[in-house]
Amino acid sequence: MTLFKRIAWRLLAGVGVLWCTVTLAFVAFHLIGDDPVVTILGGEDAQPSKEMIALVRKEYGLDRPLSVQYAQYLWRAVHGDLGQSYRLHIPVARAISQQLMPTLSLMFSATLVSVFLAVALALLTAKRAPWIRSFSSGVELVISSAPAFVLGTLLLLAFSFQLNWLPSFGTSGWETIVLPTLALALPIVAVLTQVLRQELEDILELPFIVTARARGLSETRVRLGHALRHALIPLLTLSGFIFASLLGGAVIVETLFSRQGIGRLMVEATGNKDVPMVLGITELSALIYVVVNLIVDLLYAVVDPRVKGAV
Amino acid sequence: MSTLSKENVYLADVPVLVSPDGVVDQFETERASRLGQYLRTLRPGLVLAGLFVFLLSIAAIEPAWFISGDPLDANAREAFAPPSSGHLLGTDEIGRDVLTRVIYGSRSSLLMGLGATAIGLGFGIALGLTAGLGPPVIDGLLMRFVDVLLAFPDLLLALVVITFFGQGTVNAILAVGIASVPRYARLVRAQTHLVRGTAYVEAAKTLGIRSSALIWHHVLPNAIKPVLILATIGIGGKIASGASLSFLGFGTLPPAPEWGAMLAVGRDYLENAWWLTAVPGIAITLTVLSVTALGRELLRRSEGKSI
Repeated sequence: MTLFKRIAWRLLAGVGVLWCTVTLAFVAFHLIGDDPVVTILGGEDAQPSKEMIALVRKEYGLDRPLSVQYAQYLWRAVHGDLGQSYRLHIPVARAISQQLMPTLSLMFSATLVSVFLAVALALLTAKRAPWIRSFSSGVELVISSAPAFVLGTLLLLAFSFQLNWLPSFGTSGWETIVLPTLALALPIVAVLTQVLRQELEDILELPFIVTARARGLSETRVRLGHALRHALIPLLTLSGFIFASLLGGAVIVETLFSRQGIGRLMVEATGNKDVPMVLGITELSALIYVVVNLIVDLLYAVVDPRVKGAV
Repeated sequence: MSTLSKENVYLADVPVLVSPDGVVDQFETERASRLGQYLRTLRPGLVLAGLFVFLLSIAAIEPAWFISGDPLDANAREAFAPPSSGHLLGTDEIGRDVLTRVIYGSRSSLLMGLGATAIGLGFGIALGLTAGLGPPVIDGLLMRFVDVLLAFPDLLLALVVITFFGQGTVNAILAVGIASVPRYARLVRAQTHLVRGTAYVEAAKTLGIRSSALIWHHVLPNAIKPVLILATIGIGGKIASGASLSFLGFGTLPPAPEWGAMLAVGRDYLENAWWLTAVPGIAITLTVLSVTALGRELLRRSEGKSI
């Protein structure tokens, strides 16, 4: 299969995922949970009158047949209209776009930090003395066991309250992003290092490494120049895991550090039962997932020439 | 996992070059020292993890065996007492003993871990078996559906479930459980496909056994083992997710002694009372760590690699 055909297939699959997500959101919106009209009017406690309900139902187009509503919902979603937030009374898309940048910059910095740290640690610990190996894998196990909010709180306790080095909350200034980035990155580092080290150790036993050593290359050159390139492939394979940890972690970390962002928006929307907002953020996450997967797929072909021909 | 299976293949390829007598001898000594070997392969860290989980289970069943106090017993005059001989882990903002609360908190954590795993496994097995044994059309549809759900982080799915079904302890367990269904469904389906093609299932089919009996007695028992092992490892993650939900205010609410909720309250007193956050934080981490370590050991042993 050619590269072009491959991309076309992946694009189609991505569109499929998005379509399914929007459809699921529609089904969830209409079939489970409370009557949206009652929620818009302030819940059961507000005791909205029958005329009021009928009015709102007409206004939001909820009185039409489900098939028409579904078509409308799909049509709007394609154009980036995710409905109106119950609580904030502004379009969901606008609320999300206002909060998107802080989350994206946090996710980006966490990705950079975690990949850099994981590669460095794996290079340093692969094929070393047994005690180094067991020490680092022990630390990795502890860190990957600590939930993000525990890790974040302990970081806050140490660096903001005991040492007074970094601010404990806020979104402005570079200092505010350091601790959230670490809290988000460390669990990922723990998992990535384990995988990368295993991969490096497997690769360091292959014949081409022996050849490189026989040519008299130093250990550093062998690791950096020859082994590393091949060991990076699992990073791409794990991109799904990385993305999920980043997004799930952002929900926790943004709440913990009182940062602006999509994660906190999601938590507030969940607390307020703001269904359109929750579904909107879920659809956005599907979109990011699809885009990330597409990019990773293209990168595969660049990094690993074998992929071009196969699959 | 791929590397592990590779090794198994290599092991199987090694020809037996021992004389018949030697082989017999080897088997006999092996049988005699199996217990000894078993004990020797246990590492101290694992023993500690096992002990911790054991104590935790007892604390979950009957916390009063460990400590005599009441987790809700407030005494405003003793608020924010740092760890001392009277209160080993200090007291919280209204003078409740932190150690007592942490011990009582083990129950909701274990309930969360086991409950959510049971829900996830239950639905996952049902979906996975249906997909794995049903007609290809159903299989394709179900698995595409599962693939879509797998695109979302578990926490996000859990929050969506909570938005629709409401907050509280039971709903948090439900949310974490449902969020894990896609992963288990995929796993069970893959295992079912493996087992379906084996000779003994073919033989059972040829004998004309009813399909329900075939699934119940032949497919499920053989497909389930690796799934159960991975589910054991997953219990730790479920405990962490449940605590996360309580931390966000969607699970068990204060004043109930729950680790995530304790940490959420303690967050307001980071400046003057570090033990309010550090103690439950460490409790969660140790629990997840121990459960995960035990689960991984189970996995290692099942793959025939005892490290």
